[in-house]
Amino acid sequence: MTLDVILFAIIASATGLSALSVVFSRNVVRSAVWLLFTLVGVSLLYFLLGAEFVGATQLIVYVGGTMVLVVFGVMLTAQQQFLRIRIRPEEWAMGGVLAACLFALLVTISLRIGEGKAAPPTEPMPGAGQLGVGFLTTYLLPFEIISVHLLVVLIGAAYLARAKRRPKEAGND
Amino acid sequence: MTDLFSFLPAPLDLIAACLVVGVVVVSFIAVMASVFVWLERKVSGRIQDRLGPTRLGLFGLPQMVADAIKLLTKEDTAPAVADRFLFKLAPYLAFCASFVAFVSLPFGNGIVGYNLNVAAFFILAVLSSEVFGVVLAGYASGSKWSLFGGIREAAQVVSYEVPRSMCVLIPVIVAGTLNLNTIGRQQTGFFWEWHLFHDPFTFVAFFIFFIVATASCKRAPFDLAEAESELVAGFHTEYSGLRWSIFFMAEYASMFAVSGAAAILFLGGWHTGLLPFEPSERLRWAGHVLDVIVFIAKGWALVFVMMWMRWSLPRLRIDQVMMTCLKYFLPISCVLLVGVCLWELFVPRVVGDAWRYLSAFGCMAFVLGVIVRLLVSPLPGPRGELPGAWAGVATPLMKAK
Repeated sequence: MTLDVILFAIIASATGLSALSVVFSRNVVRSAVWLLFTLVGVSLLYFLLGAEFVGATQLIVYVGGTMVLVVFGVMLTAQQQFLRIRIRPEEWAMGGVLAACLFALLVTISLRIGEGKAAPPTEPMPGAGQLGVGFLTTYLLPFEIISVHLLVVLIGAAYLARAKRRPKEAGND
Repeated sequence: MTDLFSFLPAPLDLIAACLVVGVVVVSFIAVMASVFVWLERKVSGRIQDRLGPTRLGLFGLPQMVADAIKLLTKEDTAPAVADRFLFKLAPYLAFCASFVAFVSLPFGNGIVGYNLNVAAFFILAVLSSEVFGVVLAGYASGSKWSLFGGIREAAQVVSYEVPRSMCVLIPVIVAGTLNLNTIGRQQTGFFWEWHLFHDPFTFVAFFIFFIVATASCKRAPFDLAEAESELVAGFHTEYSGLRWSIFFMAEYASMFAVSGAAAILFLGGWHTGLLPFEPSERLRWAGHVLDVIVFIAKGWALVFVMMWMRWSLPRLRIDQVMMTCLKYFLPISCVLLVGVCLWELFVPRVVGDAWRYLSAFGCMAFVLGVIVRLLVSPLPGPRGELPGAWAGVATPLMKAK
């Protein structure tokens, strides 16, 4: 048992536990907090694997994302303090079956990955520089498509969120 | 760092290094925070023409210990309606974020907890998660004022994160790396080698970065999350004692972290700017000590400017805060980003060098001019004497008489 294995065991079990807590927590904001811990755990796994850039990206993207989730959670609880979610049995059954199928699929695939492969490369992982060059040369088209897509989403969100002035109120002004 | 513990067998040296880094960083943050609290009171006093703490010892310095004892022994209360788990978790979340940023912040050439290749990006990512603790504190307190403070902070930080990241990108484009240690090494030499004077865009970017970083540390004039005049005390209304002080430790730690990042990215990192070589390579351990002292001094100077701003400027309204970010800082930082790319691509070396020397010596002349004018020019009050709380302090002019 090397230090890597021990650290992986600790981080992976913490990530798994907080992922379970996301599902089993009844309070919206608490599940968002558990989701934060899950995502931080995943980024720690990236750091452990030496993929520093991906780990930092995971942090900066998902921490901001979960914070927005918390804000939404707070907005949902505006009616009463600390809203609790009630889940019906059929929802449990449906979600449980789906989750079990997905889990089985992932386990079979991940057990197959290690078969017949050589030892992992010992040279250092490519950094942000090579990633950036890749984005702007080989993968320029997908990169541009995704950026235009995001821009469209942004404009759409801004349009929907803008306060609309009703004709009546405009007349009263 | 693991080199120091090479006498230990394989996994133990790493564990020992981690422990040492952790203990050093935590104690550095704790001591620094208590010194900053004292300094904040002193600075605010001087700016408002008062004296600040004076009762205890020299300059009221032991007041730091008294403050710490007061905070440690205060009753730790929580509102009955609070969400207990999140209420207790929130301060630690905020502190963790600031603490982790220090792990990849180099204090000198190679004096860094872990020399991360993407350190600049990592510090940004980690510091922006400090807001999570604030939002949770606001939510979990079960109080309207706290909730308002938390939500305001969320809105503010989510928008200020964008220009902040862009301003970090500008020196990164000049340096060509995200590794803060390498960026520091590139600025070895005299002060005109600093990235601040590299081109007009980095020069403006430094000031934008500093303002935006002040906002992201929720310092005045951007401290909407704790606006006392409107929200009692904002997100930490319901906190007391140790938990409250952990929030403030986190705040002062992230102030120092962004100041340190600004010093490395723009102000030559741990270099004095007066020596043409890397001190740690020529002077051995003395050079390392000099590096750390210079770096901490630069960080503290920037933190002092933050305090100065806090006690000189009135607080903005929330719509003004958002407008400053989205209508001014965001377009300006986009223009700077494009500008610095064009400068790197098209501007010939002669023009770059001319700008470098011109701006560096211009800035030095300006700073010296301000200092001389402060000491020489007639101020309200008798000639050569400083007014208010400064009365009786010897100025060079009085000594000349």
